[in-house]
Amino acid sequence: MLNPNLKLNPKIFNSDVEQASMRKGFGEGLLKAGEINKNVVGLCADLTESTQMNFFADKFPKRFVQVGVAEQNLVTVASGMAAMGKIPFCSSYAIFSPGRNWEQIRTTITFDDRPVKIVGSHAGVSVGADGGTHQALEDIALMRVMPNIDVISPGDAIEAKKATLALVKTGKPAYLRLVREKTPVITTEKTPFGIGRAEIYWMPDVGLAQVGIIVTGGLLHRALIVAKELEKEGIKTKVMNLSSIKPIDVKAIVSLAKECKAIVTAEEHQIAGGMGSAVAEVLAQNFPVPMEFIGIRDLFGQSGTPDELIEHYGMGKNSIKEAVKKVLKRKI
Amino acid sequence: MFLSEEKILELEKKANDIRMSIIEMLVEAGSGHTAGPLGMADIFTLFYFHILKHDPKNPFWEERDRVVLSNGHICPVLYAAMAHAGYFPIEELKTLRKFGTRLQGHPHREYLPYIETSSGPLGCGLSQAVGMALADKMNKKDKDRFIYCFMSDGEHDEGNTWEAIMLAGKNKLRNLIAIVDRNNIQIEGFTEDVMPLEPLQSKWRAFNWHVIEVSGHDFGALNEVVEEAQTIYEKPTVIIAHTIPGKGVRGFERNYKWHGKAPNKEEGEMALDELKNRR
Repeated sequence: MLNPNLKLNPKIFNSDVEQASMRKGFGEGLLKAGEINKNVVGLCADLTESTQMNFFADKFPKRFVQVGVAEQNLVTVASGMAAMGKIPFCSSYAIFSPGRNWEQIRTTITFDDRPVKIVGSHAGVSVGADGGTHQALEDIALMRVMPNIDVISPGDAIEAKKATLALVKTGKPAYLRLVREKTPVITTEKTPFGIGRAEIYWMPDVGLAQVGIIVTGGLLHRALIVAKELEKEGIKTKVMNLSSIKPIDVKAIVSLAKECKAIVTAEEHQIAGGMGSAVAEVLAQNFPVPMEFIGIRDLFGQSGTPDELIEHYGMGKNSIKEAVKKVLKRKI
Repeated sequence: MFLSEEKILELEKKANDIRMSIIEMLVEAGSGHTAGPLGMADIFTLFYFHILKHDPKNPFWEERDRVVLSNGHICPVLYAAMAHAGYFPIEELKTLRKFGTRLQGHPHREYLPYIETSSGPLGCGLSQAVGMALADKMNKKDKDRFIYCFMSDGEHDEGNTWEAIMLAGKNKLRNLIAIVDRNNIQIEGFTEDVMPLEPLQSKWRAFNWHVIEVSGHDFGALNEVVEEAQTIYEKPTVIIAHTIPGKGVRGFERNYKWHGKAPNKEEGEMALDELKNRR
């Protein structure tokens, strides 16, 4: 059942569940952040509407900087603004920022602990038709490997909005990962969100779970459907939304592993270095259990519809279900 | 700011002391860059002892001018100028590049918070200075202080540098002043052989900057062009300062081989003897 304490959207499993894009959640969050805190500024590299920074730019034109198609400049200029007390949000597509400008982010933002928020939209294969060049599948790895930066990958539009508002207050660098397509609305305004906190969204009605599914980003809805279907097949699971990949909620992950003794991770990202790797690092050191990884297996993407691509690269519902059954067999 | 003949003599003596400190710290460290720091010693002396609005006893003073050193590898001259200005003891210069030092091989703000930015990887500094100037413009503080960015000629090879130049021109950042160390050398040789930059003046001008050229070793002329830069209200200004790499030690001057290495003990003593005789 859905965790009754989290006040999740009761319509999650309806076919007409409301859809909203995370970038819109970000756009609304940034607008609100701008109203609350006058130090919030926005910078964009010629993708203001695509990344939905236009709400902020229209309302606060004097606090918005258009740098042109120049992602290296985007983040280094933001670093300088942060040095003068601003809280800059820089948005672009994830493949360009933090893809193209990694060393600039390292030297001028994380190294100097400047509270710049890098917002990478259009992450994952669900960008779809634009093709492999525009599908960031390595960005979580690129960002989480750096000291001194939070990495947040929301599970829906409302969480993206909450994350945006939360990042204003952290006083440190952050990466916010967004997917392009509309995704089902899973949470409500009342669902708790905290940086460094993981929540169990799905749990067995009674008894212990046999497998823990840890998911981040746009695959969250699929994982919840899988959990519901598996319940009918007699397999009890818990689904954890791990939107805060760094800092990572060690306690919650270890507790889930202790209960289930088998974990599946799911993300729209390379398996190497992604969220699943982060979970494996935690478990290998604290409570090793068999794991299966859902994600991209060392490949680049291509054109297609988001659903086609998610199926093709082994991240669809059936793949998640198979991974659960596989890891169940591996349990000691 | 008015610069008297007496003050110029005083600055010349100070620059010579700073050059001696640079040699001493590099010999002690056993590695580091020599030519750039010696070449920029006059400019850093003029700024730290005449131009900058700063207070070494109160390094985080909010109203201070901001100094961004983009080509972090010339940090011996920054550290020496800061030590002589009173930010930290001159003795500490001998810890350059050693374990636990505040004076890291390239500037690292976590260890030395008195600097505005960490640097070393080239091409970022001007963008950071642009960000500072943009923030000042938003806060209507751009009449109250200047953002100075010291940068190298070699880092014009970086695309990031031109992205910054373009954005500053677009936003007419009047309190932004870039100072280019035009010493014509980079690691592998002369800039015009490795990657020609000329006509450098015209390039900056084409990006809507006010451009001034000057000798990097003439205190009077340097002071005048900084004054000129401060009076330009509709554009950012770049001062292309022609410097002699290794300036002050004849054996090191104009030789790109001294870009990236430190003098050994013997070479250091020879250099110090020459500098002592100039006192």
